[in-house]
Amino acid sequence: MEDKKIEIWEPKVVAFVCNWCTYTGADLAGTSRMKQQTNARLIRVPCTGRIDPLFIIKAFESGADAVLVSGCHPGDCHYNSGNYHARRRWIFFKELLDFVGIDSKRLFFSWVSASEGKKWVDVINHVIDTVKSEGPFLKYKNLKKEFEIPVELNE
Amino acid sequence: MKIGVFVCHCGENISKTVDCSRVAKACAEIPGVVHTEDYKYMCSDPGQNIIKQAIKEKQLDGVVIGACSPHMHEKTFRKVCNSAGINPYMVEIANLREHCSWIHDDIEAATRKAIDLVHIAIEKVKYNEPLIPIRVPISKKALVIGGGISGIQASLDIANSGFQVILVEKEPSIGGHMSQLSETFPTLDCSQCILTPRMVEVYQHPNIKLMTYSEIESVDGFIGNFKVRIRKKARHVREDLCTGCGDCTQKCPIKKSAVSEFEEGLTTRTAIYVPFPQAVPNIPVIDTEACTYFKTGKCQMCVKVCGRGAIDFKQQDSFVEEEVGAIIVATGYNLYSIDKKPEGSIYKGYGEYGYGKFKDVINGLQFERLASASGPTSGEILRPSDKKQPQKIVFIQCVGSRDESKGISYCSKICCMYTAKHAMLYKHKVPKGEAYVFYMDIRAGGKMYEEFVRRAIEEDGVNYIRGRVSRIYESNGKLIVKGEDTIAGEAVEIDADLVVLATAMIAQENSSSLAQMLGVPYDKHGFMQEAHPKLRPVETSSGGIFLAGACNSPRDIPESVAMASAAAAKALVLFGSDVLEREPVIAKVNESTCAGCFYCQKVCAYNAIERKIIKDRLGNFIKEIAYVNTSLCQGCGTCNATCPSKSVELIGFKDDQIFAEILALAEV
Repeated sequence: MEDKKIEIWEPKVVAFVCNWCTYTGADLAGTSRMKQQTNARLIRVPCTGRIDPLFIIKAFESGADAVLVSGCHPGDCHYNSGNYHARRRWIFFKELLDFVGIDSKRLFFSWVSASEGKKWVDVINHVIDTVKSEGPFLKYKNLKKEFEIPVELNE
Repeated sequence: MKIGVFVCHCGENISKTVDCSRVAKACAEIPGVVHTEDYKYMCSDPGQNIIKQAIKEKQLDGVVIGACSPHMHEKTFRKVCNSAGINPYMVEIANLREHCSWIHDDIEAATRKAIDLVHIAIEKVKYNEPLIPIRVPISKKALVIGGGISGIQASLDIANSGFQVILVEKEPSIGGHMSQLSETFPTLDCSQCILTPRMVEVYQHPNIKLMTYSEIESVDGFIGNFKVRIRKKARHVREDLCTGCGDCTQKCPIKKSAVSEFEEGLTTRTAIYVPFPQAVPNIPVIDTEACTYFKTGKCQMCVKVCGRGAIDFKQQDSFVEEEVGAIIVATGYNLYSIDKKPEGSIYKGYGEYGYGKFKDVINGLQFERLASASGPTSGEILRPSDKKQPQKIVFIQCVGSRDESKGISYCSKICCMYTAKHAMLYKHKVPKGEAYVFYMDIRAGGKMYEEFVRRAIEEDGVNYIRGRVSRIYESNGKLIVKGEDTIAGEAVEIDADLVVLATAMIAQENSSSLAQMLGVPYDKHGFMQEAHPKLRPVETSSGGIFLAGACNSPRDIPESVAMASAAAAKALVLFGSDVLEREPVIAKVNESTCAGCFYCQKVCAYNAIERKIIKDRLGNFIKEIAYVNTSLCQGCGTCNATCPSKSVELIGFKDDQIFAEILALAEV
């Protein structure tokens, strides 16, 4: 597709957000017309507890330069404890990421409530600024090239 | 699959920064998309017709709408598609307004983002499946927690509409803080005179089951179908036998060792007691810590005098289980403890004001009791230390409230008014006395409130001093109040006989644990959170649970009553239908792959995962697997992310749906 061609490198940020707090907080940022950078793509899930670590790996594999996971504040989960399970999962997962060679600095977590439109903007801008200074995430892409079957062979 | 994509301009709201026709054109190239269109207002009638027509003409079986937030119009568009013959769950919304056009200025970048967002939705819809909403019956009975004025009002409103109410109150009598008040602002009518008829009405109402001296043990279930366990604490007096004659309380030899909670510690009470004469129900309770029988096994005076044999020392706490459809929380407030820092509390005490150290430094509720005709002094203003009439009285506002250094940033809202009332009552009873009020600001927003404060100042001659008090100390039987007058810009020193502190309203001690039990969010002060501060002020984010009164934030009586009626109305809305439709977003177990590890059971917050035994045709055990109770599952999906074999999936947010969304972002 033409529209997807990127001339100057712009980071791609995939954000997994829960429906009740962060998604609504991002809505609030919208209704309050709080300007922010355009690089984030939100994927809505019911709860951070739903987020499988594989989603994050998949996002990096699909070319994300950074991944953000955001949900309700501890104690405020719409489903009582989903975010606690998520938090526990990330503690392990972050270490695993380092182990598999994905720079865990590219993975961000935050708690943004439905009333924190401003915080959401700050989080988004922080993530994008950080990843901009880190540069594109090439490890996975290079890996892909390495294991790609040459076209001649494929045919 | 045939997918139609409809991009809304939302007037200019979206099209101002997103090139909508370019979005539609770009999406037309995505495999599976057979129809794209953009229109000024998709949610309008003509817009809806465009969608309906396209569904019929192109025989679409999936629809993506690029418009405002799904929280806004998802329901609208689902309805539209349903009326055109598509299952409503085959519709996905791409949020192009709140998450794109409103937050960006760069048209090129915003348009690119919009294409991505629509693309994500398209890929998801490819994996959507037709779903049917879950229908669950509603038990048309309400639980009201708290028997103060809010709980009373909510209970009466629901009961008068013909539905059953269970009113649970932790104290021996209903009435709450309002029953302790002397007169109420701004009309100065007697609090008990307006409250007690309602308390009696609650007691006599055929639709209200009143459970005093009871507490909520646990709450399970969900909107329309809560299961509540209530602990009835042992009164040691049988409610079915007691007639409320009062012989036992009169004869009880323990007169002095227990302080009266109702009189705010200004006097003592007997070990077997009724909190106050107008208590409802008028049935005594035995304070086992004060009672001689419970300490030494002797006395039994109450048993001897009770002609009905109602005293039962062996009575134990009992438990009652109830099924209710709606819960109204009306647990009210507490007063900020000023003498010392409460243990484990985020608040700091006001040691500098000497509360707890000087007998004649009292709080607002204690003054209410002093001024009350039914109080320990029969309404005469007599200071606690020597029972003399104070000739100089100082009221200090904002003790705790609006004081971040003490841990409370909010305004307690009622103190300006009740201090004016207190000063006025004092001047009416001691016309020659001098009354001083230290204030930060006067907040008298409310019908007739400002006029009331002006009356205190102008007609009753109360001296208002703008400024804070730094210290109070005792000297020659007087309380020396040192403060400053910030308007005159000078230090002030008043030798007062009595000091009344308008202490902050704080949440009930156990409010956070109750909130956790109910699954209701609460703020750092323990006040329970409403679903939306403006548009859903009495609802909570947990369906079927509503808030009334000061459990939500500091409130005065009229506001609490209004809120209680609003909460009752919300419960009645629920009771208006026989079944409740729920989103079919729930977990489902793949029985052939589930290995029965039950990790899902451990992470489920709703006990929705049950065990199911799979047998072969001959009845031989094959395996035990997880099974989702559809009426308990709330659809968070934590089980799905936890399952090692991916055997439990969250319908509507399955793995393949989310992977498809992620892959939509991959560079082609």
